[in-house]
Amino acid sequence: MTAPLKSGAATGPRTGGPWRRRVRSRTRLRGGAPLPLLVPALIGLVFLVLPLLALLVRAPWSSMPELLTSDEVWQALRLSLICATAATAVSMVIGVPLAWLLARVEFPGRGLVRALVTLPLVLPPVVGGVALLMALGRNGVVGQWLDSWFGITLPFTTTGVILAEAFVAMPFLVISVEGTLRAADPRYEEAATTLGASRFTAFRRVTLPLIAPGIAAGAVLAWARALGEFGATITFAGNFPGRTQTMPLAVYLALQSDPQAAVALSLVLLAVSIAVLAGLRDRWMTTS
Amino acid sequence: MTDTGKNTGQTNQAAGDAEPGGGLDARLVVERGGFRLDVALTAAPGDVVALLGPNGAGKTTALRALAGLVPLTDGHLRLDGVELDRTPPESRPVGVVFQDYLLFPHLTALDNVAFGPRCRGTAKAQARAQAAAWLERLGLAEHAATKPRRLSGGQAQRVALARALATHPRLLLLDEPLAALDARTRLEVRAQLRHHLADFEAVAVLVTHDPLDAMVLADHLVVVEDGHVVQEGAPSHIARRPRTDYIAHLVGLNLYRGRAEGHAVRLDDGPAITTTEELTGPVFVAFPPSAVTLHRDRPTGSSARNVWHCEVAGLETHGDQIRADLTGELPLVADLTTLAAAELGLHPGATVWATVKATQTHAYRD
Repeated sequence: MTAPLKSGAATGPRTGGPWRRRVRSRTRLRGGAPLPLLVPALIGLVFLVLPLLALLVRAPWSSMPELLTSDEVWQALRLSLICATAATAVSMVIGVPLAWLLARVEFPGRGLVRALVTLPLVLPPVVGGVALLMALGRNGVVGQWLDSWFGITLPFTTTGVILAEAFVAMPFLVISVEGTLRAADPRYEEAATTLGASRFTAFRRVTLPLIAPGIAAGAVLAWARALGEFGATITFAGNFPGRTQTMPLAVYLALQSDPQAAVALSLVLLAVSIAVLAGLRDRWMTTS
Repeated sequence: MTDTGKNTGQTNQAAGDAEPGGGLDARLVVERGGFRLDVALTAAPGDVVALLGPNGAGKTTALRALAGLVPLTDGHLRLDGVELDRTPPESRPVGVVFQDYLLFPHLTALDNVAFGPRCRGTAKAQARAQAAAWLERLGLAEHAATKPRRLSGGQAQRVALARALATHPRLLLLDEPLAALDARTRLEVRAQLRHHLADFEAVAVLVTHDPLDAMVLADHLVVVEDGHVVQEGAPSHIARRPRTDYIAHLVGLNLYRGRAEGHAVRLDDGPAITTTEELTGPVFVAFPPSAVTLHRDRPTGSSARNVWHCEVAGLETHGDQIRADLTGELPLVADLTTLAAAELGLHPGATVWATVKATQTHAYRD
């Protein structure tokens, strides 16, 4: 594993060659990794990649088609896609204005509000699920009124899945959009107002198109997070096939009865994740 | 909110039409973090006023106050007889050409220009037709479908002007309209802008730190230093009779203040200067750098009465000439040819004699 380092050290002086080349190889050496860093770094890389490779190695490739075309899998996949997309839509409708508020309006306690918005990012999702139950459950702070006044029940429904996913995923969108908004020149909004645009028109016709890439990136992140959501979903919405059983729940359940199916389902989610990463590569991976 | 805005805008416009003698009447007082801007501006429709001053003088703040982007701490703002102090920017009949234009990057040139009419309630097709007419008028018809990032600096400047004019403002504001252009484009765009401003029937106020822009484009200069008006008047008047070192430097004159006694002006902190004007009391004396002649030895038999012993502090090329910065008896700036500079053996630290003929000086009352 240290071969590149050794050969680098050897070829540098030996090739001699043009002066520039020697300098380059020397700087590469100096900037290269010393062993105490290189070894743990490689272990870290293996640690992250090995499980994914194992998934591919142990995948039941021959029985894949029938595993993936079963009704249950199809149902779970469909539900996952619908719920993740709906949760992303909800996050955008209320998250973009929230991001705008945080980025463009000075108000007392803004720092606190931002911290509260970010909290679901670090909160264990199960806790989020319990909290949602306490708020929107049948006996919850708000849920009891929803139930008795409108007959609306949220927990253990598909809507419940969407809410649980949105709760966990929206902070990703808000943070991403707020960052883009802060980087966008607010003077474009001023220019729009001097042309007769109200603040809302300026936002809709000027700011929104300008920050569209940031919104898209945030939406993809939120969507990926919603797709993989497990803890809050199972706590708040349960695990009913066809209604609240999304892919991650199906994977977990399948692992106990039919491990091969679990691997097949996991591969589907892995493929989706890779697709997302590929879609975002221009935005997130070119900085390095 | 949009509706009331629209109505106010129309009312203002109507008032402007009904009262052609209106124009701009403003006293802009803006206080912000220790800085105080206090500038009075008046202009009749058709006037082009230039706010000229060094960076940080408050010119742009004045412009933003006129546009409603900065609230007035005190003072007033009337346009064609209508109070605008408390009117939000979107309801003011004011068009702004921003320093870096701020064309909306996601819209074509045409849609940028149509943006204002659209916001003020014009139907989409009509707004685009108006925008096309404006682009045509500014010679940009073939760039209608171009996005701002593909426009040259001069083209972007004209699109910005078209966008500001398309709302039929009663007050047109231009913030450093030529600053973002390179020297060659600048010359051309300056000439075009002068032409368009001459056509503009309402009040135009432009902000610049470039005296040439100000003098070419404006009929009235307001020189602002440190938040206050230090001098105003016709460009030619200010160029001939500067009242502060900043302006004298801008227009390239040596300027001194002193007391006149007949043909002699005794400077406050230096020698006397002989002039042709016969005045008494506090006066300014000015003469251009080209009026100064330099000699290696004290000139004898020269008709010049004004002879000073100076030391060269610095030299720089200025067009095809050398500009010498002199200190000593009288600090002054002199222009001479490269040949003359070589013959005199000029270098920083060299001592020379400077002479100026009385007929080349100009004295005027303080």
